[in-house]
Amino acid sequence: MKEFIAILKNEIIKTIKRPRSFIGFGIIAFICLMLQSAFYHDGKEILSFVTGQLENVFNVEGKVLNGNLICFIVLQTLIVQMPLLVALVTGDLVSGETANGTIRFLLTRPASRTKIVLAKWIAGLFYTLLLLIVLGFFALFVSHWIFGDGDLMALNSEGLTIISADDIIWRWGYAFLIAFLSLSVVATLANMLSCIMDNSITPIVSVMAIIIVFTIIGMFDLPSFDLIKPFLFTTHMISWKSLFEDPIPFHDIWFSIAVLIIHIVLFISISIFYFNRKDINS
Amino acid sequence: MIGCFFMGQLFGYKNNLSTILISLLSIILYICINYNKSMSLAIQLKNVSKHFGDFVAVNDLSFEVQQGDIYGFLGPNGSGKSTTLRMIMGLIKNTKGEINLFGKSLNLNRSNILREVGCIIEKPDFYNYLTALENLQLFARANQLNFKKTDFEQLLERVGLLGREKDKVKTYSHGMKQRLGLAQVLIHNPSLIILDEPNTGLDPQGIIDLRNLILSLNKEEGKTILFSSHILSEVQEMCTSMIVINKGKTIAQGKVAELLSHEKIHVKLEVIEVDKTIQLINQSNWKELFDKMEENVFVMNMSKDKIPALVSFLTLSGVSIERIDYRNQLEEYFLKITNQ
Repeated sequence: MKEFIAILKNEIIKTIKRPRSFIGFGIIAFICLMLQSAFYHDGKEILSFVTGQLENVFNVEGKVLNGNLICFIVLQTLIVQMPLLVALVTGDLVSGETANGTIRFLLTRPASRTKIVLAKWIAGLFYTLLLLIVLGFFALFVSHWIFGDGDLMALNSEGLTIISADDIIWRWGYAFLIAFLSLSVVATLANMLSCIMDNSITPIVSVMAIIIVFTIIGMFDLPSFDLIKPFLFTTHMISWKSLFEDPIPFHDIWFSIAVLIIHIVLFISISIFYFNRKDINS
Repeated sequence: MIGCFFMGQLFGYKNNLSTILISLLSIILYICINYNKSMSLAIQLKNVSKHFGDFVAVNDLSFEVQQGDIYGFLGPNGSGKSTTLRMIMGLIKNTKGEINLFGKSLNLNRSNILREVGCIIEKPDFYNYLTALENLQLFARANQLNFKKTDFEQLLERVGLLGREKDKVKTYSHGMKQRLGLAQVLIHNPSLIILDEPNTGLDPQGIIDLRNLILSLNKEEGKTILFSSHILSEVQEMCTSMIVINKGKTIAQGKVAELLSHEKIHVKLEVIEVDKTIQLINQSNWKELFDKMEENVFVMNMSKDKIPALVSFLTLSGVSIERIDYRNQLEEYFLKITNQ
């Protein structure tokens, strides 16, 4: 265990100190601030267009353009980019070392290959968590600081749901946890491809290709696709949004969590199996 | 063992119990001798092969490196040297055969064995975005060492990098990376050191420093060194034993001195008195060793140990020798056996 903690510490240090790791933080901060700035200047006009139609039916009171709404919009926008940012670092954790030759150092030390893969995987998850913390800070805290608190008007597949500001903090907590689980699948997939491939770029591109293909499958309502859709991890990557429905479909959320966990277990098992048999020729 | 059993019969141990006891003692003795033999071996490869699909990179390779040896591992490019070193370090799985280090199977005792081994395979690679010190801190942690600042300083001083430890590795020259590679090898004080082309990229002073370091690690600290190099004069100067492989097969192995003892080399003698030298050589036994003549240069095909006798013969006969030149004996030997 002591040995594992030592190599995990090494992996976390390497991940944090890599210049590439900061690209993700920078992009998240930039997109959040850009969206916040846009909504700060033009948000009222955009919202008046939406609420104007509602005001014909309902009486809209209070501050609609608030920190919770901005966070909801930012999260929906970034869910497309976040897997790329995660794959950018986690897809390079093993293959980058194979390409650079530093893998030889790692594999000629006493720690087993299984421990090395697990340490790298956990370091990847740690980076994913850091990305989400940065996202949470900018999307939730900075948005609240700029726009203030208020009830959330969330537009879901079921329609418009209004969630009271008093009832929202726990939903954000669980939403970020499910988002972390979703991105962990991406990180684990990237780590798996990184174990199989010997260059840095292919695993990153492959992860994005897989996500794009699965998302396209998820978009079409075809009977042949309907069979596989529930088992694609991309179908469940947006399940965090279900927490902003009323009533919350807990059964669907638990199913999504189970599918995501199964994917993680499958991907990490393949990573360990393959990496233990791999010849290091670089 | 069987001999001891019959000796029991021969010396009249008619009692069955005595015979069984002697046989048991013989078995124990046999096991002890073999155990001691295997424990005295730092590396033992038995019929090791490696196939990459249809391509056979290493073919039925066997050799043994005694503890305390400096062992040369030679072969032309693509001969299977790096593949063999990678198999010894567990980077590549052997298709066939057995690899034992310190008398233990590498497959079964990988972790314990690798604690005792330090290596540079191919070239030293580092995390370029980190400083040399940060790289060494990673290596120390991976080896579970509680290194203090002074420990790192001592290590860096030993490889000649003290003062440059806070520079990022990306600013290092190849020679400096080699030095840092040596620091990484030595950080956990291994008893077996495997160096693949360690003098590549080193300046002349670096090569001398490396040679002195290897010799001191071997002589003063008793470390076993397996070392591959294309600078054959270095191998000849440092190594006690060696193996030469080509196309994945062993083509020569043994003690360096023994392998080269009967080897002849081309000795070039540049003389002033050409006619007199021709006459002297033709009238003496040296004629048999004469190979050819290029202007005032006489090329003799002879063993190295005969050079002093030839020089004294010519100088005492009044011939002025301007220059004696000969190719390194191991170079001649290497070229001869690898071109066969």
